[in-house]
Amino acid sequence: MLDFLLRRLAQVLPTLLFVSMLIFGLQQLLPGDPARILAGEEQDPAVIAHLRERLHLDEPLPVRYAYWMGGVLRGDLGESLRTQQPVLDLVRQKLPVTLQLAAMAFVIALAIGIPAGIVAAVGRGTWWDSLANAVALWGISTPNFWLGILMILLFSVQLGWLPASGYVSPFEDLKASLASTIMPAFVLGNAIAGVLMRHTRSAMLQVLSADYIATARSKGLYERTVILKHALRNALTPVITLGALELGTLLSGAVLTEQVFSIPGFGKLIVDAVFNRDYAVVQGVVLVTATAYVALSLLADRAYFAANPKLRV
Amino acid sequence: MRDAGPWHQAWRRLRRRRSAMLALAVVAVFVALALLAPWLSPQDPIATSWSAIRKPPSAAHWFGTDEIGRDVLSRVVWGSRASLLAGLVSVSIALLLGVPLGLLAGLLGGGVDAFISRLTDAFLACPFLILAIALAAFLGPSLSNAMVAIGISATPIFVRLTRAQVLNVKVEAYVEAARALGNPPWRIAWRHVLPNATAPLIVQATLAVAGAVIAEASLSFLGLGQQPPAPSWGSMLNAAKNYIDQAPWMAVWPGLAIFGLVLSFNLLGDGLRDALDPRQR
Repeated sequence: MLDFLLRRLAQVLPTLLFVSMLIFGLQQLLPGDPARILAGEEQDPAVIAHLRERLHLDEPLPVRYAYWMGGVLRGDLGESLRTQQPVLDLVRQKLPVTLQLAAMAFVIALAIGIPAGIVAAVGRGTWWDSLANAVALWGISTPNFWLGILMILLFSVQLGWLPASGYVSPFEDLKASLASTIMPAFVLGNAIAGVLMRHTRSAMLQVLSADYIATARSKGLYERTVILKHALRNALTPVITLGALELGTLLSGAVLTEQVFSIPGFGKLIVDAVFNRDYAVVQGVVLVTATAYVALSLLADRAYFAANPKLRV
Repeated sequence: MRDAGPWHQAWRRLRRRRSAMLALAVVAVFVALALLAPWLSPQDPIATSWSAIRKPPSAAHWFGTDEIGRDVLSRVVWGSRASLLAGLVSVSIALLLGVPLGLLAGLLGGGVDAFISRLTDAFLACPFLILAIALAAFLGPSLSNAMVAIGISATPIFVRLTRAQVLNVKVEAYVEAARALGNPPWRIAWRHVLPNATAPLIVQATLAVAGAVIAEASLSFLGLGQQPPAPSWGSMLNAAKNYIDQAPWMAVWPGLAIFGLVLSFNLLGDGLRDALDPRQR
């Protein structure tokens, strides 16, 4: 077990090192002198000089990387060129909003994807299977910003049930918070429900052909018990771990969804940063996202490992 | 083609799948729209008209007009160019980068493999769209940069897939035999290993086109892809968002077009998977 984790950690560290180089390297893509580009339209010489010094632009590339990485390791992701706020503070402010959305989206995705996957596997080849597959395809193929716009059209413009945009924190007003996040959460969850359905279906099909299921059936158990208690429990492990890896899809989706619903989260942070040419913020956001993803996949691996005694041999 | 046998069989299996054939037909329609846009589009897609601002669908404008009086139908027709181009170009970039890297990693093994694999992991750790946004932001907003950004972001999947296929066939006796006969490594890769990786690569490439079409629409929606006034479904939706209560038709058609094209490539990919690899059923 420890051996396995150490081996994974040995893989993860170089990955993170590459991630940091990749993100640092983005700066090299800027055409021309970074300090001039970062200084924005005013081209104030004082600002340019300040940036030169801050970014160590007169030093060679590896030295600059070392400076930058040293800062990152101390928790200094640079500061926003617009607001002069530390990037880490911005991330800390915006991340909870997106995490709330992501958590709600994941619950919605589980609520749609797992039952649909069970139904599809149990009724393999039937009309139910086709229906569940259609739901999955719909989820995977719908651009989520379009679905968001259509939902605003229906629920906000036509029916007037939900606010079209904005965000209320659950600590202020729980009901208003749910009303402001349910549509974007559904849009995000819808995209992952299809993936979860496909994972559930194939995991269930595999489990249902196992001998112990035949045993359970021959004991005279109700079909419902066999499926929900005996089969589902074993099928769910890979589904949950694979589902956890959909965090990337969630965060990608959040960028668009937050834009559609004007929600001041993580996704809006990166989009605004892109338009303000606030490159340090873009780099910081990507770095935090990638690190979170690597950490989560490590956790998912561990969960998979814990749930699979066979792997321990 | 010498090995027409298995490919012919695969085509026969694909033809039996109604959803895949329907999807193929829809893709063909979009390709025709893109190629014949100058002749099929009823009006100039960038001609504005102050007398026809946000007009609902009518005989003159089947899909209505947008916020500066442009014909939505013409823009949807022309927009198919940006979407299909982005789909094809970015997936080609991903294939051209990913397949050789995957072959190298799989065939050479050792340090090269470790390096390429960790690099791939690093790219995969950044969510696809966020990486594409970051790349497009640093490269500068334009359709061609968006295609490069999407292509690079889609590359790691192809590296992994090719590498896995290579590892599968590397131990087969016929590869061993080819090596024993003194074939150089590149020839083994090209003649013996790659043909066996083609089927999964075709499936993945088809699904990747679907992803790239959505990604282009997403980047254009955010203003990082096709620049105005050139039409793109994503940027049309971005404008539509602001007039959702007054001109809903502006949002319906471009979205439907993205959905139709993406769904078709996804269905086609699923169909190809079943046709090319019946064992996976």
